[in-house]
Amino acid sequence: MRKLLTPLVVLTAAMFAYAPIAILNGPAESTMLLISKIFYFHFSTWMALTAGLIVCGVCSAIFLFKGNATADRFAFAAAELVTVFGAFGLASGSIWGRKAWGVWWQWDARLPMALTLELIFLGYLIVRKYGGPGSDKLAAAMGIFGAATGPFIYKSVDWWRTIHPQTSVMTTLSIKAPEMWRLVWFCTGAFLLLFVVLLLVRVHLEERRAELDRLYLEAEA
Amino acid sequence: MSAVRWTVRVQAIERAMFLRVAWLVLRKDVAIEAKTREILYTTLFFAVACVLVFSFAFVREGQPIEGAGGGILWIAIIFSGNLALGRTFERERYGDTMRALLLAPAPRAAIYVGKLLGIVALLSLIELMLVPMVALLFQAPLFARPGHMVALLVLGTVGFSCVGTLFAAMLMRSRTRDVLLPILLYPVTVPVIIAGVLGTSALTQTPADEPMATLWIALLAFFDVVFVTLSLWMFEPLMTE
Repeated sequence: MRKLLTPLVVLTAAMFAYAPIAILNGPAESTMLLISKIFYFHFSTWMALTAGLIVCGVCSAIFLFKGNATADRFAFAAAELVTVFGAFGLASGSIWGRKAWGVWWQWDARLPMALTLELIFLGYLIVRKYGGPGSDKLAAAMGIFGAATGPFIYKSVDWWRTIHPQTSVMTTLSIKAPEMWRLVWFCTGAFLLLFVVLLLVRVHLEERRAELDRLYLEAEA
Repeated sequence: MSAVRWTVRVQAIERAMFLRVAWLVLRKDVAIEAKTREILYTTLFFAVACVLVFSFAFVREGQPIEGAGGGILWIAIIFSGNLALGRTFERERYGDTMRALLLAPAPRAAIYVGKLLGIVALLSLIELMLVPMVALLFQAPLFARPGHMVALLVLGTVGFSCVGTLFAAMLMRSRTRDVLLPILLYPVTVPVIIAGVLGTSALTQTPADEPMATLWIALLAFFDVVFVTLSLWMFEPLMTE
């Protein structure tokens, strides 16, 4: 896994270096012009968050039922990344909404649920830090509940009439503006690679911490 | 006896044992509470104080804000529920009786169900007091559609309590359990709270929006199924330590 890291970092850096150039040179959207280009990163960050949700949910369940320590480390790293990408997603969506809807925030179906997801995973991090012994299992329970809310949030814009665009936006883009569609998936790829790189680095850090703890215990014995 | 008939017989016995264990745990909790009624009275008084504080906050020129009653009712239920959960499991922790329960040859899920029913019963008693009080103080017509109101309250209480019982039980051994319970519980039960508040608001509107209330009741039932399933599934591994 260590050998994989350097080429991945280089590839991710290259994609992120190219992305702004491609976005600025990309086709212009009629009503919102420059601000609409937030969409490229906004969509990508929520895709990266979804990847984090899946990893955290599955690994939390594996850790809870099998006691696998590696799964616990992956779940912790994924939960941190969910918090980070979620914060960026909420901020970018807020900026876009200010221009598109005139308000920084709207109490519709998707936005409060996305905020709730962020709070659930902040709770995960708090329990991890301040929960005391046994907090890894409590956090795993939070991770599973958090991952379970993911599909609700995704489908909420289709089930309720909200101010937020619906999930059919991407399908419409692929028909009406294939250049934009390709660019969105390119940015999504960049964000997913970033997610993988950060996940690997974070898991490595946790492994080193566990090793350090083990060495301390051995030295004391 | 053939293998199939034997399996069927054993499954029936297991099911009966499950229900019996749940009933025994519930009976134990009710018996202990009936002696002093400490948790009931203190939580009830807290709920009343909560509603009073909100009434000072949400009254303008002697009139309550339009539609504030539903939200305040649910906030009072959630806050009292949080308190009741903490106190109930503090009692278990103090007597170290949780370990005894877990050591018993009883299915863990049955213990969970027994404790859940105890919490639901306690919260129901509190709601019996809260609903007339909110209806009176906020001039909210909560008794206009009693069937829908009862459905909302029952489903909302079960949804909140099932996640609350799981989290309170798993936080029992934690040092910072008092402050962690609301931090962890409130975000997870936000769907239940939203459905409860919006359903109650739909009922207290003039004229009452019954189809909307029915929609929220259906959504609450759906959330309850998901939450109870997840909680039952997770109780066993969380309590094995």
